[in-house]
Amino acid sequence: MAADHVDHHEHHPHGLAHQFEDMAQQKESVLLGMWSFLITEVLFFSGYFLTYLVYRTQYPVAFAEGSHELDITMGAFNTVVLILSSLTMAMAVHKSHEGSKNGTLGYLIATFILGGVFLCVKYVEYSAKFEHGLVPGLAWHPHGEHSPQLALFFSLYFGMTGMHALHMIIGAGLLIWLLVKTAKGTYTAEYNAPIEVFGLYWHFVDIVWIFLFPLLYLLGRH
Amino acid sequence: MAEHHNSPTVGTYLAVFSALMVLTALTVWAAFQDLGPYGDLVAMVIACTKATVVIVFFMHVKYSSRLLWLFVGAGFLFMLILFAFTMADYASRGWLGAPSSYYLSIQ
Repeated sequence: MAADHVDHHEHHPHGLAHQFEDMAQQKESVLLGMWSFLITEVLFFSGYFLTYLVYRTQYPVAFAEGSHELDITMGAFNTVVLILSSLTMAMAVHKSHEGSKNGTLGYLIATFILGGVFLCVKYVEYSAKFEHGLVPGLAWHPHGEHSPQLALFFSLYFGMTGMHALHMIIGAGLLIWLLVKTAKGTYTAEYNAPIEVFGLYWHFVDIVWIFLFPLLYLLGRH
Repeated sequence: MAEHHNSPTVGTYLAVFSALMVLTALTVWAAFQDLGPYGDLVAMVIACTKATVVIVFFMHVKYSSRLLWLFVGAGFLFMLILFAFTMADYASRGWLGAPSSYYLSIQ
């Protein structure tokens, strides 16, 4: 037993935590752990989506008015940007499995830039809402006739897109950390779980936007 | 590595990306059509399809263990319970004719 133990340490693979038997078991545990977190995130965002659904069924006119105030071109552009960033993220994971450091770096940088583009467009959109007086509590003076519940729509708009943007900002921070670690050569074809796990988070953020875009920008348009 | 054999290829990723782009264009187009009461349904069916494609391919659930399938499925089941029970409550208020405290408060 003692000899086994020493032997085990001599061949300890890079990146394997001591509580796991091998890399495959570690990977399985890490992915399951990340999914547990993402499920709590799904239920967290569900609170927002459910609130939206309840109020939209009660005040459909106000919510249609709200949708018309949003810029559909910017919303659609950001949808394309975010889905493209999911593709580059999936490619980064793919390259890390191949053990290609430069490929991984390139796709992670592309993901970071696309995330930045998304946040810049969001900033432009938020600025316009402040100019038009469509920010409940901070700059609320909508022009012309409007439903009294319009403020409810915009409270949900800022709550939901703001929480989504916060997730993007946290994701961008984590991406910088991954970029530094990748550049240092920490990840190999065998040990790349942090990149894969971050990819799951990034795709989750993409999925939230896939629902936010039609709900906030599109419904009640025609 | 064994995972190389059950990982998606670059071609799969590009096909998934193309499908997501087509669905995005479709949902924008559909938003400007007069679909009556089905407009919301069409938008949500398209969004759910896009989300499923991302989960299955980009998030590798298709290539993961059955335990992970069960885990992810259970998570979404709880989400459905949250939506179904809450909306069943809102939809059925007033069905029995008895004044609930909610209706008394808004009168």
